[in-house]
Amino acid sequence: MAIVSSLRGIGSRVVNGVWRIGYATRFFLMTLLYSGASFRRFHLTVKEMFSSGVMSLIIILVAGMFVGMVLGLQGYETLKRYGSESALGTLVALSLVRELGPVLAALLFASRAGSAMTAEIGLMKATEQISAMEMMAVNPIARVIAPRFWGGVISLPLLTAMFSSLGVFGGYVVGVVLIGVDEGSFWSQMQAAVDFQHDVLNGVIKSFVFGVAVTVIALFEGYDAPPTAEGVSGATTRTVVQSSLAILILDFILTAFMFRGD
Amino acid sequence: MERTTLDLWVGMFVVAGIGALVVLAMKVGNLSTYNVSDTYQLQAYFSNIGGLKPKASIKSAGVLVGRVTEINLDTERYEARVVMSIDKRYQFPRDTFANILTSGLLGEQYIGLSPGGDSEMLKGGEVIKKTQSAVVLEDLIGKFLYNKAEGSK
Repeated sequence: MAIVSSLRGIGSRVVNGVWRIGYATRFFLMTLLYSGASFRRFHLTVKEMFSSGVMSLIIILVAGMFVGMVLGLQGYETLKRYGSESALGTLVALSLVRELGPVLAALLFASRAGSAMTAEIGLMKATEQISAMEMMAVNPIARVIAPRFWGGVISLPLLTAMFSSLGVFGGYVVGVVLIGVDEGSFWSQMQAAVDFQHDVLNGVIKSFVFGVAVTVIALFEGYDAPPTAEGVSGATTRTVVQSSLAILILDFILTAFMFRGD
Repeated sequence: MERTTLDLWVGMFVVAGIGALVVLAMKVGNLSTYNVSDTYQLQAYFSNIGGLKPKASIKSAGVLVGRVTEINLDTERYEARVVMSIDKRYQFPRDTFANILTSGLLGEQYIGLSPGGDSEMLKGGEVIKKTQSAVVLEDLIGKFLYNKAEGSK
């Protein structure tokens, strides 16, 4: 009997998972469908850009600076062995613009802004504000979800650009100012190696995709959370775990498409 | 609907983000040096292009004059056909020599143009006749070892 019940458990988990994926897809499409209001009444979106974008600025800027500084230090240590310290700028800029900028900024954004979104919406549901809106014939997706979605999707690429450029600055501070790599070769080799379309634009596309993934997961987890204190806390945890995994998996897929061996 | 301090913060945020993007494009990337000014196309056939890739630079006397736009295999003569777009400001004589060179020992490969003395200039779409293929390091080492073995007999 133990086998039967464990099989039954697995089956119900699978069915439940597929059910949730379908519900999440419908939720995402509804968000896109009712996005009109968040552009017509743009101050709603601006308010969400403030709470998800501007409020994440400090952690993004400080993290970007330090990641760039660490890259400068470690890159120098390794490149020194091959006598090619002048390629430090290339190493710092390419690794930031292509990978570390989009991924780390999205991970920080998921834990800083995504978890807050889930908790906020979960609590709105727990305190029946969402049902109250439906009572008043206000569509909660259009009024609450869509502005948060677009606020996050617009904010993350901007945050990523700041992360990457501050990281390059951090690498410059460590490499050129502190260690003493030649400034001219630092910048000129970087500019020769970093292509605008191939590297910078692909990084922006990545961060846009991550922004969609993180905000959809965060909003859906909040919207779907059981309306209890425990349910909201569990949903917040799931947001951080799932969006981090989604970022890393999507990053692999996007990288495979964008940079396949040329 | 009036202005709020919130708008100011978000405005500053957006301006800073776009500014960072411009910095990435101009200072970190090559958008400022990549001149999409008027170009004309030249072709050249090589028996071996080594590791030459599209977008590789074309230099004459060390100055960047263009980029490789297309590489394919011509199945009539079984040679690599390389299409280059050259900046309109630079004209080259008809007997210009195109070499595939390597920057540094292990660096990336580029095409070097050494102009000849012809008074007529190459026009768009024309073929550079005189070319020299890439030096493949393995062949060079093989030749060296072979000569060494011959010599020691």
